[in-house]
Amino acid sequence: MAIRRGRGVAAINYPTGMNLGGDPTQALVHSTPTGNFMVTLSSVDLGQGMKQIMAQICAETIGVPTDRVVVDTADTDTGPHCMGTFASRGTHRAGNAVIQAAREARQVMLEVAAEELEVNASDLETDGQGHILVKGAPQKSISIFDVALAAHFKRGRSISGRGMFLIPRSYPEKETGAMKPSTCYAHACTVAEVEVDDETGEVTVLTVKNVFEIGRALNPKMVEQQLVGGSWMGISHALYETTEPYYPNRDHGGTDFNQYLMPGPGDLAQTEIIVLERPSADGPFGAKGPGEMCANPQIPAIANAVFDAVGVRIDTLPITPERILRALKAQASN
Amino acid sequence: MELRKSYFADQRKDDLHEIGQPRPRSDSPGHVTGKTAYFADRNFPGMLYLRMVRSPHHHARIRSIDTSEAQMHPGVVKILTAKDVPHNVYTILILIQIGPEDETVLADGKVRWKGEAVVAVLAETERAAQEAAAKVKIDYEVLPAVFDMEEALKPGAPVVNEYHGRNYYLYDSGECRKVRFGDVEAGFAGADHVLEQTYQSSPIEHAPTETTGCIVAPEGNDRFTCYTNTQAMFFTLDNASIILQMPGNRLHFVGGTVGGGFGGKVDVIVEPIAILGAKLTGRPVSFIYSREEEMQISSPRAAEKVVIKDGVMKDGRIVARKVTGYTDAGAYSRHSPYGAQKGAGHYPGPYTIPNVWIDTYCVYTNRTPSSAMRGFGVTIGDFALEVQMDKLARLIGMDPLEFRFINAYRDGDMKAHRQATEGAALIECMQEASRAANWPVAEKFMAMSSYAKGA
Repeated sequence: MAIRRGRGVAAINYPTGMNLGGDPTQALVHSTPTGNFMVTLSSVDLGQGMKQIMAQICAETIGVPTDRVVVDTADTDTGPHCMGTFASRGTHRAGNAVIQAAREARQVMLEVAAEELEVNASDLETDGQGHILVKGAPQKSISIFDVALAAHFKRGRSISGRGMFLIPRSYPEKETGAMKPSTCYAHACTVAEVEVDDETGEVTVLTVKNVFEIGRALNPKMVEQQLVGGSWMGISHALYETTEPYYPNRDHGGTDFNQYLMPGPGDLAQTEIIVLERPSADGPFGAKGPGEMCANPQIPAIANAVFDAVGVRIDTLPITPERILRALKAQASN
Repeated sequence: MELRKSYFADQRKDDLHEIGQPRPRSDSPGHVTGKTAYFADRNFPGMLYLRMVRSPHHHARIRSIDTSEAQMHPGVVKILTAKDVPHNVYTILILIQIGPEDETVLADGKVRWKGEAVVAVLAETERAAQEAAAKVKIDYEVLPAVFDMEEALKPGAPVVNEYHGRNYYLYDSGECRKVRFGDVEAGFAGADHVLEQTYQSSPIEHAPTETTGCIVAPEGNDRFTCYTNTQAMFFTLDNASIILQMPGNRLHFVGGTVGGGFGGKVDVIVEPIAILGAKLTGRPVSFIYSREEEMQISSPRAAEKVVIKDGVMKDGRIVARKVTGYTDAGAYSRHSPYGAQKGAGHYPGPYTIPNVWIDTYCVYTNRTPSSAMRGFGVTIGDFALEVQMDKLARLIGMDPLEFRFINAYRDGDMKAHRQATEGAALIECMQEASRAANWPVAEKFMAMSSYAKGA
């Protein structure tokens, strides 16, 4: 009886969005009198940070710092339609809608600035710090604060824009299954190292090294929080979780966090995250949706590592000590 | 976390100001100091609490429901049964024309899973609602139940859901969603090895920090404001409008700040009945799942079974792959027909295989209805595919990582669902994993590219 070590690899891809249902999201953007920008959506922030990302996307597009943008979301009396936050679609779909709305608002902003500066709008650029400058003559400039005031109280212009992003529904062809399930895919490759106690069947995940390709890391710190969380969830899915621990007997399902098994902090592996960026053709600044993908590759990587350690295949999730011991016993008797 | 900018540098311009910056989240101070307002932080004078009377049986006919004793319980204001719900038989994907309507808001004549809602009790306090719910008397005739997808698909199995009339979802393509590419049987016939394996999974729980729920307030002008943690505002509003036969302009949904979803909050379960309660009593109504309900009543990830048969050559090429996927929807559709179909579009995984045959089934059993969950239609498929890849590599005596390089898809490769591959990056992920994990592969694999000509 011994502690045995093994490692396993898995490589995957993941579609962004809900093409097979039709996938629209809208956004509205307008400026306040003093040149702050309001993004209005009905998209839902599940805690992953959707509001922050939409603010950064709007800020980048308009050409202002992110703290000049406020996101008002998820009130159906004010926010235009969004399909919802699921299917790794939030950043990709709502982000594209925000870009379109912000571009339209930016164009009005530049037109008002052009009138104030008595130049052509096409000769203007933003400095990203709240000013609009004449290209090649940066001493000639106006603050976005003053442009917004002029638009509201002098020029009678609404600095606002509408955004709509739709992936039309793909209907699978009946006989061949020809379809377009996604317009872009995120990718991952994970290597997991485990120790398996062949006396108790217990698995300890030592390290999980994940490489994720996500199009563009719009906010690297927030990407990290999502990918690390996903990697932990993958460990949990592989080794611990079931609502029916005695299936096909359906009694004794967990009803709280004491009974429903999940890893605690001491059960989590040393986790490494490496991010690659191959911008997608239709993503906001090239972003893809990694929200679901990031919890998938750990599961087969751990299953393969368990085999590498003790030479038995557990092809049913979760990979419990009981299943490992039964497989070892069957292997020994063969 | 490390960003490896050396990959795809020629595919990308890094000239952005706000994007790519690790800006602090503007909402984190509120979250970490407990000041962010979630839906359940709202409290209205005169609010009622809703508790469900749930089926103790997996499959049973309801002979009678007697609410008379519960009605007399102190604090009880209203008791709702199936006849009170204007459009009681519904299905949420009807909004994208995926029918038939197959589920009841409150059970009518029959229950199809243990935990199904039968009677809703509205009372002045949570305790009164719970005590009164225990006094509702329901007479059941227990029916045979089926918990296994194979059993459910056998002739003569008990029919779980009469709205389907058979224990599988009927697609326009027949009993399953199909993908056909090349000639899979010819591929097997010409292969050096053929390996068929079966993979299975258990339902799991989303385990969000915040349980599913809503609070509904009548606005006094015939409008109702629903404070909710749904993941999809208009999807929920529009389904509630159908179930309640109430024009959408009388519904106002407020949400968007949610303590975790993972797909568990896209079923439309709590909002319609709470709005109905508010309408019939004229009072605010709170309906929030307990942790027990979150874990055992709200939809889990579907149990799945995946059978993969592969033909592989000694040189590492996979020449044929046949996948039969089964998704256990439980008693009702919810999002499962979509999940099974998503699986058909995902197989055979990120590999270029000339001969592919995919069948994915959505099967009804008397288990808790499953639905959307992070990665559904794909997560269990990836487990099966990637364990199968490991087995195939070992079968032909090849390194499992090198085996994947040989089969990895690249830009321009035709996928089984007849889309040319674009934006591939699997090879580069594996190259970086090889370095990071100190798992060396042959130099020719390190020189490959997903997109560069000649590499």
